[in-house]
Amino acid sequence: MKEFLEGSRAVAEAVKLCKPGVISAYPITPQTHIVEELAQMVANGQLPAQFVNVESEHSAASVVLGAVATGVRAFTATSSQGLLYMGEVIFNIAGLRLPLVLTCANRSISAPINIWNDLQDSISLRDAGWIQLYAENLQESVDFHLMGYRIGEDKSIMLPVMVCMDGFILTHGMEPVDIPEQEKVDKFLPAYKPLYKLDPAEPLSMGLLADPDYYTETRFAIQETLKDVLNFLPKVCLEFKSVFGRDYKDGLVEEYQTKDAEKLIVAMGSVCGTIKEVVDELRKKGKKVGLLKIISYRPFPYARVYEALKNVAKVAVLDKAVSLGAYAPLATEIKAAFFGKKKAPKIISGFVAGLGGRDITLDSIKEIFRKLTQKEVLQEFIDLKPELLQEEYGG
Amino acid sequence: MFGPLIVKPVKSKGDKTGSWRVQLRPKYLQKNCIACKMCLLVCPEACIKGEEKNKFTADYDYCKGCGLCALACPKQDIVMVEEEAQQEKK
Amino acid sequence: MEDRILFKPGHTACAGCGQAIAARLVIEAAGPNTIVANNTGCLEVFSTWYPKSSWGVPWIHSLFENAAAVASGIEAALIYLGKKDKINVIAQAGDGGTADIGLQALSGMWERGADVLSVCYDNEAYENTGIQRSGLTPYGASTTTSPPGAKSFGNIRPKKPMPEIALAHGIPYVAVASIGFIQDLQRKVKKAFTIKGPKYIQIHVPCPLGWRHQTNETLIVARLAVQTGLYPLIEYENGALISQRKITPKPVEEYLKIQGRFKHLLNNPEEIKKIQEIADNNIRKYNLKVETQQNSTA
Repeated sequence: MKEFLEGSRAVAEAVKLCKPGVISAYPITPQTHIVEELAQMVANGQLPAQFVNVESEHSAASVVLGAVATGVRAFTATSSQGLLYMGEVIFNIAGLRLPLVLTCANRSISAPINIWNDLQDSISLRDAGWIQLYAENLQESVDFHLMGYRIGEDKSIMLPVMVCMDGFILTHGMEPVDIPEQEKVDKFLPAYKPLYKLDPAEPLSMGLLADPDYYTETRFAIQETLKDVLNFLPKVCLEFKSVFGRDYKDGLVEEYQTKDAEKLIVAMGSVCGTIKEVVDELRKKGKKVGLLKIISYRPFPYARVYEALKNVAKVAVLDKAVSLGAYAPLATEIKAAFFGKKKAPKIISGFVAGLGGRDITLDSIKEIFRKLTQKEVLQEFIDLKPELLQEEYGG
Repeated sequence: MFGPLIVKPVKSKGDKTGSWRVQLRPKYLQKNCIACKMCLLVCPEACIKGEEKNKFTADYDYCKGCGLCALACPKQDIVMVEEEAQQEKK
Repeated sequence: MEDRILFKPGHTACAGCGQAIAARLVIEAAGPNTIVANNTGCLEVFSTWYPKSSWGVPWIHSLFENAAAVASGIEAALIYLGKKDKINVIAQAGDGGTADIGLQALSGMWERGADVLSVCYDNEAYENTGIQRSGLTPYGASTTTSPPGAKSFGNIRPKKPMPEIALAHGIPYVAVASIGFIQDLQRKVKKAFTIKGPKYIQIHVPCPLGWRHQTNETLIVARLAVQTGLYPLIEYENGALISQRKITPKPVEEYLKIQGRFKHLLNNPEEIKKIQEIADNNIRKYNLKVETQQNSTA
């Protein structure tokens, strides 16, 4: 049913439809509304879950870890500092091969403290072994939660999924969203049947010490499984389409006017909505421009990116995060997709924008297209304010 | 794909820690034993078995030779003796 | 449930390890219908080393500080499944994993009133990583990060009063036990599981390696700690003291001289006096002294 909802509310509705048995989270702006909505649903008896109020994000993640280990579907949400604080639990959950869906309301990282949106938090944990899906709008935010449980809990996968949605922009923005019916969700997402669980009827030990003779294979196995996800996501999208009618194609990327594009931007998250508007405007003026939206950041769809961009002359990568001391994360991945290949864009330029919630306007996007010239830009910060910089510290 | 992950205790065989003994091993005299089960209770390895009087013994595959059982026995029916030659050890 | 060994031999604990004895006694008292969440530490490392595990009950190790939170999650899942009434949940850790790094999660779990037994295996230092000082290291003890030297007599702080912290949370059952008194320990574990809500049992477990005593002296050392008044065996139900193990107090020197970690104090009557004061305070506070002239049963 289509409703005009705040993003957090839409996500809460999506989570409710997935029927988690245990929900545990610690408040942090801008995730708070999601958890508050769920708390109200539990209090009203609309969602028969155990709602565990905890004293920190580290414990929130640990509570859901324990719950999934006991064979019950669980949910948590966080942002920024909270995600970093639960960082070691994040690695732990993937290493223990426990499926889970976590909503990351993307927010920048301290210091300085800043509560507005950029992608630094989830990107900083990209090595953990989680599947990471980035939503452009509220419909995707809703749908990726449903898909997240379906993918993660599959017996061939058994990995946790982070659904990333831009803090404030998506969590506090309002859009018309289709909230599916429970019967359809039940058809798409069966009850969680764990491969292994803590049960006195069949005792087992989880989380053992693995010495050098055993550790490597655990990592290799996750790596191979994430490669499998690249093939599994399209299958799940097909199932999703047959039940709900919405088509995410392969669920890895979205190609927007890429076929004959001469200049193209690669980006993730809600900024893609802005980029689509600029692409439409410039196309009307006869400019051949396009957008490649990355949906699945982990596993990274190198082959898909190659296919989509191999014939595009000039590519700009828009990063809403930095890897301080090196090229930006998304730009690095895009370049890696092409090294050694015969067909590749002539120019792959890296641009950083939107850090700490600084607005990426239509003009910012146009500026990026303008800067896509013959000369490659290794890394440039868009909308930088040089008046705020001092060579030497003067107080 | 899965790597090393979970262990089911039924399938788990511990280390044969009896090989740790270098000096002493407990000898169960089985003469004055009153089946109080103190030896069984105090053993850190849980390798002592027995039910009836004078029928208690340690599993030398696992016994590390700590000597707690000998000290715990109220009848001094367990004595620590020199670990015998290599071939005696299983 | 068929007769099952709940804690198998073949683990890699040191010979004479107090914690190995205690861990087995706890799980045997808890029974096979138990799920255990274990923090990183000696017990976790020596009892589970892939592909070997000593545990005959479902067991999970996550991180160093979160057993209490993981146990909260296990409890929540069991409640959701309608199975909590039949299954015991234990969150266990060493002294570091309880009083230091694990204190936050533990406090949160107690505040939430989770029906979980927290067990602290108190060997009074971070023994697993090489005998470093923890919040439960007693006054004067030598550890690698509180070593005695020209300018130091060892650890300068008293033990963090974990039982009192537990009581301050208002949890229904708090008890201190020792492997020097095995039946008392098992009784307390069994008693804890008859009570709904958070319970805390702190068990004194000597460590032959870290405390530097003989492997067969583990129980003697544990008993001396109790008999000097340094480790009172107390039991609280709903905030009221319901039992304390009465003693005919022995001088603390008898306890100190049997362990290498206090060796540096033996020529220092000033420091020994301070430790005796700690013991005397305990004896006074908990009324530990036996009234008549009988010897306390060892």
